[in-house]
Amino acid sequence: MTISETRQADVVQLSVEGRVDTNTSPQLQKSILQAFQKGNKVVLDLEKVDYVSSSGLRALLIGQKTANSKGGSMKLVHVCSAVMKVFDMTGFSKMLTIE
Amino acid sequence: MERMVDLKLQASNDTLYTVLDAIEAHLTKCGCPKSVQTEILVAVEELYVNIASYAYGDKKGEAAVQMDVLGDPGRCRVTLIDHGMPYNPLEKEDPDITLSAEERGIGGLGIYMVKQTMDHVEYRYENGCNILTIEKGIGPEENACG
Repeated sequence: MTISETRQADVVQLSVEGRVDTNTSPQLQKSILQAFQKGNKVVLDLEKVDYVSSSGLRALLIGQKTANSKGGSMKLVHVCSAVMKVFDMTGFSKMLTIE
Repeated sequence: MERMVDLKLQASNDTLYTVLDAIEAHLTKCGCPKSVQTEILVAVEELYVNIASYAYGDKKGEAAVQMDVLGDPGRCRVTLIDHGMPYNPLEKEDPDITLSAEERGIGGLGIYMVKQTMDHVEYRYENGCNILTIEKGIGPEENACG
């Protein structure tokens, strides 16, 4: 998994590529938390992610909790159908902001 | 029935990709649709990581992973075996998936996802071993439903 970051004003976008699994999700979690130190609005582009296990969901949940506690926002974009299925199955599609 | 994967490894996150790569290679060879492959791989990851994290407490221990393909157009059966402390993860209460981010605890979704995506999940404790079996159809028609 690789993560590239772009920033515009208080919006930090993380473009994620590859599998978000047990071994890679700590890196995603760290990147999300660092992004919230740089800006209040975090956008996760998941176009190139087709595999999310429960550890990846944990990273996203911690990101959402951080957004809520900071009064910021976390938005997911370009979510593919396989990952959307995981979000629907676990209630994350209602809990997260997905466009 | 054809045994496609038969591995014995030290259960740890470091050996996770050895397991997933072996299963993925054989699912591809069988013509299993990509979306079904991903569901099977996620399920195996959840179960394998559970063994690596909890089966042997602070100690290291072994896990066996077997994959069989049954019938035509084909069903995939993956069996994970450890000889750690007896534990049936299927007895774990399902998480409340309607809770908000603030109300949710961290974790607890892995086994739930396995139960949701696999056609059949079974646990038994036999001869000092935890034996978890998952099954999923891997024929082309599975893709249409996915």
